[in-house]
Parts: sequence; C-alpha cells; structure tokens
Amino acid sequence: MVFFLAAAWTYASRVDPAAFTGGERPPNPRKGFSAPDFTLSTLDGSEVTLSDLRGQVVVVNFWASWCLPCRVEMPAIEQVHRAYKDLGLVILAVNMTSGDSRQDAASFVDEYGLTFSIPLDLDGLVSSKYEVRGLPTTYFIDTEGVIQEVVVGGPMSEALVQSKVEDLLRKEE
Amino acid sequence: MLPYLRLGPLLLQTPGLAILVGLWLGMTAAEKEAKRTHLNPAHIYNFLLVGLLSGIVGARLAYASQYLSIYLENPLSLFALNLNTLAPFEGFLIGLAAAGLYLARRKLPLRPVLDTLTPGLAIFFVALGVSHILSGQAYGMETQVPWSIFLWGEYRHPTQFYETLAALLILVVIWLRPLRSPGAGLNFLLFVSLTALARIFTEAFRADSSIIGDFRSAQVAGLVILALSLLLLHRWMKSPTPYVPESVVTEEDPPPGETDSPDRGPSLQDSVERNL
Repeated sequence: MVFFLAAAWTYASRVDPAAFTGGERPPNPRKGFSAPDFTLSTLDGSEVTLSDLRGQVVVVNFWASWCLPCRVEMPAIEQVHRAYKDLGLVILAVNMTSGDSRQDAASFVDEYGLTFSIPLDLDGLVSSKYEVRGLPTTYFIDTEGVIQEVVVGGPMSEALVQSKVEDLLRKEE
Repeated sequence: MLPYLRLGPLLLQTPGLAILVGLWLGMTAAEKEAKRTHLNPAHIYNFLLVGLLSGIVGARLAYASQYLSIYLENPLSLFALNLNTLAPFEGFLIGLAAAGLYLARRKLPLRPVLDTLTPGLAIFFVALGVSHILSGQAYGMETQVPWSIFLWGEYRHPTQFYETLAALLILVVIWLRPLRSPGAGLNFLLFVSLTALARIFTEAFRADSSIIGDFRSAQVAGLVILALSLLLLHRWMKSPTPYVPESVVTEEDPPPGETDSPDRGPSLQDSVERNL
C-alpha cells in the first residue's frame, strides 16, 4: 500500500525534461545559475565584459596581493592558463582593488609573470555582486555562461584547476 | 541561509560544520546504542572510523583516477585539503566495502550492527538537512504558497526545511523503536523505508533534481530502495536472528536474560509475533 502510494506520487510529480532543465537560470553567483555579468577595466587599460566571453570556458578568480593563499595558487592558475588558452580557456583574475592597491596588484602580476587578464574591481561592486566573503574565491563557468563549480578559499592545487577546466572543455566537445 | 561565518581572520563554512557535528553526534549515538544491542562499542567506533576514513581516501583516489594524467604529473595534489576534488558516490561505495570487510574480519553480526547504527544515521540525516538550510542547496521550485521563502532570486518551496522536518520526525520514530526487537535489524529497515519515503515525497518540490526520462532520478532510486527495504523487513520479521549474538557480548555486558534494563524491551519472538 505504502509502496503504491509512493509510486503514484512519483508518477504525479514527473516533469517535462525540456521545461525543467531548459531555459536560462537567473543570474546568481551559485553553481547551476547564470554567472552575473560585469564589465571592468583591466590592469593593462582595456575593458572586459563577461557576457562577451560566451562560447568560451571562463575561470573568474577573485584575489588580492596581500592574500597568502592567492599567492600560493596563482602559479597553478598561470600554468593551467598556458596549457589550455589555445583550447578556449579564458581566465579573469579579478583584483579586489577596493581592498588592495593598483600598484601592489601590478607588482604581484610582474612577480608571478601572469599572462591572463587582470580586471580591477575598483569600487567592490563586482565582488559584492558575486557575494565574495573570503579570498581567494573562484568560479568555473561553462560556455553557456552557467557556473559549474565554486571554490571558496584556497590555495587550489594545480590538479583541481586543471581537472575542473578539462571537465568544462570536454562538455563543450 | 548562512553559508559562511567569519570569526576574525577565519571563514567557517557552516554547512561543512553541520555535517561534522552530525558525524560526531551520530558516532556517539551509535556507540551508546551498542550497549542496547549488546555489541562492543569499541568495535562499532572502529567500524565507523574504518568506513569513514576509507570513504574519504577512496573518494579522493576515485576522483584522481578520473584525471589520471593530471594527478600523475602532480601527485602531491592527492593530499590537497579541498572537498572539490572528491568523488562522493564512489567514496561512499568504497567506505561501505571497507566497513563490510571490517565487519567480516571481526565476525560482527550484520543485523545487530545495522540496528546499532540506526539512531546515528537518523541524527546524521537531520544534520544533512541543517547543512542544506545553511547553504541553500537542495533548493525548491518556484511557488506562491504562503510558506514559500525568497531564495536565489525567486519565491521557492522551502525544501531544505521539508527535508529537515522529515528527518526530525524519522529520528523521533526511530528513537521510539516501534518495532522493538533491538538487534534484529528491523529498526534499521524501518529507518531506510521512512527515509526513502521522505525523499520520494520532498523530491517532488525540488528544482535541482536530475532527470531520467520524465522522472526525477532520486524518486526512482527511492522507490527501488523502498521496495527492497519493505521486502527485507517482511522477511526479517519472519526469520528473526537470535536476540544477542554470544560471540560479541563484552565482558562488561551482562548475558541476555540476566538484566532487567528498561531499554531491552520484550523478547524478539514476542514482539515479532505481535508485529505480525
């Protein structure tokens, strides 16, 4: 009796897969939701908009020069960037300039020889939009602009960054 | 939802903390229950520890095996303190296998062990619900019901609360031990049946279900588990095991029949006959 009631409930609560998984989820800095859009100027003076990068796998990493785990994990991120940039990987290492300084960020980038884009969050609005509560915080975003993984805290190992990026690139294939 | 708690320079991840507290309380409850089922609490503690540690190590190794070339290049990454590089399902199976091996090696009787674990499992499921309340994961579908909560930009079913409430009710039922017969494995099967039933019910309100065909996969898995546990419950009630396995009675434990502990309840045969 109990089993048949449970089976009937399961049948009654079935869903249309297309309607259930399709459609764009509202922007929210969480796994399974669309990544909130932003436009920021970068350390080299250009501008970057997240939504312009649709179709590419994007890693958004929030960091500051005074943050020790950020220092430890940045070489691993750089290694992964060099290995996968030709396969469609874009890394946006957003410096929380509102709690750092442009000069310190520039020295940091020179020290580690970083070759990816460094957007500057001058007023802290983007980190607030992403509800960043601790540094570093990293978002792995697929080609549809959906966040597939959030890593709060660090340092991330190279294997972690590489495996998550490979997952997203494989999904694209 | 309160996923993080800042304590000075420390940022505590509260869902993880709830899981850890649940594990600790669950293990403590299982140790206490061991006295009721006349098992050696130390064996139960070791059984859980073996399962837990093997599960964690297994989850990392299973994850690494999926990215073998990456981990061969960076073998030290195996030891990274990061939960994002674990394969939870594979870890669960490996932990279960390791705990099973420990059970066989120690010649611990299956049904009393399962009953011993039951209150701890029920507590852990409450903690899991609390962790979902804190993180906001396992979120519900959009709704206009008066008790909806505003979460992730929409008014949604508070599925985390449904889940926790169901786990609390199950804990109360398990604590009351309505089927009596401690050590016969019936309390465990009752817990599994109720938990499967609760999941089948609450899953219908979730917005993050994985789908098989037109069905939610957790509900389908729940139905299979419910059917198996009900069948086994029927069978085990008909063929009860001896009340206390002699081989595992500890020196401190009085032999069966020589205690008038109120926790013991009636004999198995009596209670099975009554339940049938």
